[in-house]
Amino acid sequence: MFVNFFYLLRGYGVPVSITEWMTLIEALSRGMAYSSLSGFYYLARAVLVKSETFYDKYDLAFQHYFNGIESSEELTERVMKWLENALPPLHVSPEERKQFQDWDLEELRKRLEERMKEQDGEHHGGGKWVGTGGRSPFGHSGYHPAGVRIGGESVNKSAVKVAGERKFKGFRTDETIGVRQFEVALRKLRQLTSKDEGPKEELNIDETIQATADKGGLLELIWDRGRKNDVKVALLMDSGGSMMPYMRICSQLFTAINRATHFRDLRFYYFHNCIYENIFLDPSCNPRNSVKTEHLLQQLDTEYKVIIVGDASMAPSELTMVGGAIDWSISNNEPGIYWLQRLAAHFDHSIWLNPIPSNFWNRTTGSYTISLIRDIFPMYELTLEGLDMGIKKLKVKR
Amino acid sequence: MQQAQAVFSGTKDYIASEDLQNSVNIAIALGRPLLIKGEPGTGKTMLARSIAEQMEKRFLIWNIKSTTKARDGLYIYDTVQRLYDSQFGDHDVSDISHYIKLGKLGESFVSEEQVVLLIDEVDKADIEFPNDLLWELDIMSFDIPETNETVEATHRPIVIITSNAEKELPDAFLRRCVFHYIPFPDEEMMERIIYAHYPDLHKKLLEEAMKAFYWVRSINGLQKKPSTSELLDWVQALTVGGISTDAIVQELPFLGVLIKKDRDFNAVLQRLHNQGAQRKNPGILRSW
Repeated sequence: MFVNFFYLLRGYGVPVSITEWMTLIEALSRGMAYSSLSGFYYLARAVLVKSETFYDKYDLAFQHYFNGIESSEELTERVMKWLENALPPLHVSPEERKQFQDWDLEELRKRLEERMKEQDGEHHGGGKWVGTGGRSPFGHSGYHPAGVRIGGESVNKSAVKVAGERKFKGFRTDETIGVRQFEVALRKLRQLTSKDEGPKEELNIDETIQATADKGGLLELIWDRGRKNDVKVALLMDSGGSMMPYMRICSQLFTAINRATHFRDLRFYYFHNCIYENIFLDPSCNPRNSVKTEHLLQQLDTEYKVIIVGDASMAPSELTMVGGAIDWSISNNEPGIYWLQRLAAHFDHSIWLNPIPSNFWNRTTGSYTISLIRDIFPMYELTLEGLDMGIKKLKVKR
Repeated sequence: MQQAQAVFSGTKDYIASEDLQNSVNIAIALGRPLLIKGEPGTGKTMLARSIAEQMEKRFLIWNIKSTTKARDGLYIYDTVQRLYDSQFGDHDVSDISHYIKLGKLGESFVSEEQVVLLIDEVDKADIEFPNDLLWELDIMSFDIPETNETVEATHRPIVIITSNAEKELPDAFLRRCVFHYIPFPDEEMMERIIYAHYPDLHKKLLEEAMKAFYWVRSINGLQKKPSTSELLDWVQALTVGGISTDAIVQELPFLGVLIKKDRDFNAVLQRLHNQGAQRKNPGILRSW
């Protein structure tokens, strides 16, 4: 039954397992879809889809499998005009609802087309024509259990078309995202160790036995400190002019990292397009508030996990030439690429997050420098998915 | 329409959308835990309470903290107490069962009648926590090796699990749950929710408060957008404070009830200052 739907879902990238599918079959055999397509829609979603990030893909697959959902532009527009002068929504009591039987979607479509041929004007109320507030299966604000809603707001929620609304589009993980989701992703960056901070709350059995024996059997409890996260992070951010369009997403990442309380140490540095002799301590890149990059390499041990955020787009000379730095005030006796290579060599774990979507990396104006930098740092796009992959990368040694 | 034994449909002061009701009923009928996710303040915790209330079942809450272990929910063997007692010899320490205390999950198993068990904020605990509960939730029984007892559920409890998505939950755990995501309510739903809590609310006040609320939510870059629970508090503050309805949109009185973060607070005030009263309500355009 519906086995193709199972494969279609997987094809759309919804990770459905056999266990869940069997659960769905069990539920169906107990009549829990209430023999209607909308019942099936909710049932299958609750049982098969386990994250709101897949709701949209589910909707698409559902739409595809039970297709016939799109109506042609022109058709909709014509009908929308009739629907402009709407009746107030019709509310139907549950008893009344029972009088309607669910209709087959194919049949509905056929009927809608037929009706379109016959009907030539506005129509509101009643039970046949495309209009508002009536019991015809076509239109909006009315009630028909398997009706096709055309525009308007969902009031009685009977339309099978909920899937077509794609309400959950905003939850796709490949969309760029907010602070909170960044924080969630960052939580994965942890490495537990036992350190000498935090409350003592774990019983040390060996010590307790020893101490109790020492006291001649009078119980003496010895407590130890629990384990703590040992991750140290350094965030290096490009704050140059070309980053302006991405300020919002960068500041979201910044806030998220800043708020992540689970790191043992967290440092922020800034640079303008590329890193040279000096690295800045504030986003304005004022040379008076900077440290030697050499100094940074000495100060931060190799265990620091380095996240560099930048568009990696610059004039090739800024990356490859001595004296190529974009600012006059920056001394630059080694080309920028040398410093990037030194950073990458010094730290065991480093990644580069690029706010430019990855499918543009080969095409933007900065594609040449992007490709050079990608040879040095593993580069990911600055989206939730990219950050996820990046963090996985940060957890393993190169 | 086939009727399950009892059907959840929301309560007087808890408005559940149709798909949420569906999910709850599916979970109950299948005897699976229902995993609820959603923005903070969309009533995840309230849901379990209202299920218990409507179905007239006893309601147990197991609050999860970062230190909670899966076993805590089953039973706790208080070895330390037993050792201490043994030192003074004034208790019978030979009977271990005196020192076994059932946790919330254990309690829900042995209950005489079916209960509603809320496992609140499951993602607070360690990443492995949900996996450790898999078996017990699946077969609804567990062993206590210390006393050689098996605790078996007489009635499968209705298990509601909430998560704020702080950590990703393990796949094996997810496979066994029925999942539902509570989206942020649209305006019509929000109106129903507010009326459910404050049935005598002045219509004009509600309209103005909603207008202001959705305006605040529409401001880009807020760290924590106000949610349903904050709106409810705000409406109450407005009513108690006797604020004239005109002032609501103009001045956003008691803004501290809606906005909890300093930075957000300033952002909203600045916006208010710049835009004055000529703001528009960004209506949600829906089409398919």
